Amino acid sequence: MEKLNSKIPEGPLAQKWTKFKSSVKLVNPANKKKLEIIVIGTGLSGAGAASSLGELGYSVKNFCYQDSPRRAHSVAAQGGINAAKNYQSDGDSTYRLFYDMIKGGDFRAREANVYRAAEVSTQVIDHYTALGVPFARDYGGTLDTRSFGGVQVSRTFYAKGQTGQQCLLGAYSSLNRQIKKGNVKMYPRREMLDLVIIDGKARGIITRNLITGEIERHGAHAVVLATGGYGTIYYLSTLAVNSNASAAWKAHKKGALFANPSFIQIHPTCVPQLNEFQSKLTLMSESLRNDGRVWVPKSKGDSRPPNIIPSEERDYFLERRYPAFGNLVPRDVASRAAKERCDAGFGVSETGLAVYLDFTDAIKKQGKKAIENKYGNLFDMYVTITGIDPYTEPMRIYPAGHYTMGGLWVDYELMTTIPGLYSIGESNFSDHGANRLGASSLMQAAGDGYFILPNTISNYLADEIKIPPVSTDRPEFVETEKAAVERINKFLAIKGKQTASSFHKRLGKIMWDYCGMVRNEEGLKKALTLINDLKAEFWNDLNIPGPDSEVNQELEKAGRVADYFELAELLVTDALNRKESCGAHFREEYQTPEGEAQRNDEKYAYVAAWEYAGEGQPHILHKEELNFVEVEMKVRSYK
Amino acid sequence: MKLTLKIWRQKNAKAKGTFVTYQMDNVSPEMAFLEMLDALNKKLVEQDIDPVAFDHDCREGICGSCGMYINGHPHGPVPAITTCHLSMRFFKDGDTVWIEPWRAKPFPVIKDLIVDRTAFDKIQVAGGYISINAGAAPDANANLIPKKNSDAAFDSAICIGCGACVAACKNASAMLFVSAKISQFALLPQGQIEAKDRVRAMVKAMDEAGFGNCSNTGACEAECPKEIKLQNIARLNREFYKAF
Repeated sequence: MEKLNSKIPEGPLAQKWTKFKSSVKLVNPANKKKLEIIVIGTGLSGAGAASSLGELGYSVKNFCYQDSPRRAHSVAAQGGINAAKNYQSDGDSTYRLFYDMIKGGDFRAREANVYRAAEVSTQVIDHYTALGVPFARDYGGTLDTRSFGGVQVSRTFYAKGQTGQQCLLGAYSSLNRQIKKGNVKMYPRREMLDLVIIDGKARGIITRNLITGEIERHGAHAVVLATGGYGTIYYLSTLAVNSNASAAWKAHKKGALFANPSFIQIHPTCVPQLNEFQSKLTLMSESLRNDGRVWVPKSKGDSRPPNIIPSEERDYFLERRYPAFGNLVPRDVASRAAKERCDAGFGVSETGLAVYLDFTDAIKKQGKKAIENKYGNLFDMYVTITGIDPYTEPMRIYPAGHYTMGGLWVDYELMTTIPGLYSIGESNFSDHGANRLGASSLMQAAGDGYFILPNTISNYLADEIKIPPVSTDRPEFVETEKAAVERINKFLAIKGKQTASSFHKRLGKIMWDYCGMVRNEEGLKKALTLINDLKAEFWNDLNIPGPDSEVNQELEKAGRVADYFELAELLVTDALNRKESCGAHFREEYQTPEGEAQRNDEKYAYVAAWEYAGEGQPHILHKEELNFVEVEMKVRSYK
Repeated sequence: MKLTLKIWRQKNAKAKGTFVTYQMDNVSPEMAFLEMLDALNKKLVEQDIDPVAFDHDCREGICGSCGMYINGHPHGPVPAITTCHLSMRFFKDGDTVWIEPWRAKPFPVIKDLIVDRTAFDKIQVAGGYISINAGAAPDANANLIPKKNSDAAFDSAICIGCGACVAACKNASAMLFVSAKISQFALLPQGQIEAKDRVRAMVKAMDEAGFGNCSNTGACEAECPKEIKLQNIARLNREFYKAF
């Protein structure tokens, strides 16, 4: 493979995107209709891209595994969406948002992409508002904002604790408009089984109809993956339980490089695990840290109820360790600090794996009504799950797997290393470095989908206008379909004893124990052996009752878990390779005397992009060196 | 605790369904309802029996995927929550639990507890949007919207499209679902321009999909996991009359 070309436009940072847009190749309106684009996923990036491309006049086919595009997991994002609007006149700007993201990502993201994400953020808020998204407002009728971790301005727009739902329903509405116009055809309840490549270019996909079991072929001039992250590799995570990495992984095995797979964010404020059957961990929005104070008792094993522990006997450990940012330090920092206290024996609850998030002071100061207005639905959710009322007793929280900064490698145009294959939103790697700041996930996903991809894809499609509609009778489709069917038959033929979920759970435990919040060489090496053994057991002892010709949810799970075994190996390999600590990737061997992450910029200021080299072959590492022109690489400090 | 489950099993849309009885031992009160079903399915798969199919995804009450009739109530006996948020602490040792799919003509059963809700999408496709292209929007603060109206729009906009309202209604009416979207846009200035076309198109699509008329019973409001109010239906009626 030739050297990675990130195709970053020349010129000053602030002018790159404008310059790109004014010089990009275009497709004339008459030709757009003849060009077909497949979009997989209907979250903020997928539905955004499908509707924008439809508005431009392309012929779009949009796929999702859910029964309706309105259910994509963007729906669950809670706290907010960032935009450099500076409506508060508190010193915000595109540059400051860019800088916060670069610093928050611990200097492992690409400057040009991050600046562009910050730049289009304002358009995203304008667009959602115009679509009727009911963001919170002030009494004068203007939009309200709040603060999130790792920043010192108030730039997060929100709709109570349901910002993701409201933005997603906005995206769903714009998608519906294009479906009605006939520009987008929607294919729900479809799972992408593989990518079809013809003459080196992405030309279509093979899907399984999850109702009839039918294997289908779909051709197009370009394919866009908007398939989200792989946080469910830990089994227990804040993600929807059906979220998976399969589409991205299949693309990877067909030649798309996978970048920084070990960069996974562990979210600090989640409802702790309550029982061994638990299927997911529910997030409690980071916005709660605006008003909630995190603490543990000062003495070990103090099992008194929290309300009777006097304040001088409480350790507000985030405020103590990070006085400048206090409870609003970035997620990776907050997660590790909570783990450190619990590992040292100061954790609360029966398991000792929880810390308090306390609203007593905020309620005293602002009144219960004000707190209810800001976080009402989150408090309701907490009491529903735990039976504990957070208005009168502190929440118990613990970190959980959440967001994957890693993903498919893309260039400035969001194209992967397979020509004609794009990756947007969480499924790509590009904007968050080694750690994502709160409320920038919705921002990036929507920006990619509505405003970036629709502008960059024409650069590729302009040269495709002479290609007739892709015929799905081509041998490449036949072969890819055959391989997908063979794989299904292989699963069905195992006829062992165990469920796909039970393997997933065990894999998740290995990943959480050895490749979670804290990693070290010995543990990572052990994980590789454990993953391999479990994978062999999976292929020997899996059971899937029922045929493939109808709804078969066990078969769906098996395919996703099988892919996770392979991705898990790469994830651990990447974590082993990166002999430094940065952002969410914390190697015990590389820390400061105060226990903070210690980067090694000399050796690791690069994006690790991994190439699949075939079954059983070690992955090949490609490095994209990160050049920081605008910002100076510094030790990230929130003290 | 020990539970007796009576679960509706139906192989596919054309097959005839029936209740099948399953005994569940060792149900922990800390489990969520769907985790209890996961445990049942694990047991079934290990015995090579086809597990119970049901829709589910986020498991935090927001995606609207899950939904089943539990002991005669959509999403079970506890008000204002989805099935995935229903905790087993609300059941007691020895209980018999009846579990059925949504029953409504516009929501045909696909398998077991999974129903086809595409009729909801068709209604939204008919008019549940504000027509504006990406990039054409004015500055977000260009239109000032009273907080009161914006908050009210939000209260309508939180519908998760699960279908409990339809399942609860003796007429299988989708009025609460449709009125939530109509209300959201009726309360916002952005929604005024297309208001008449929108309400006509959405009501037409609702009728065509085979949903019944509002029965004025209020079962939809009582069973809605997001507590969408009947007031929305009044607003829908007003918007509808205004449109002719």
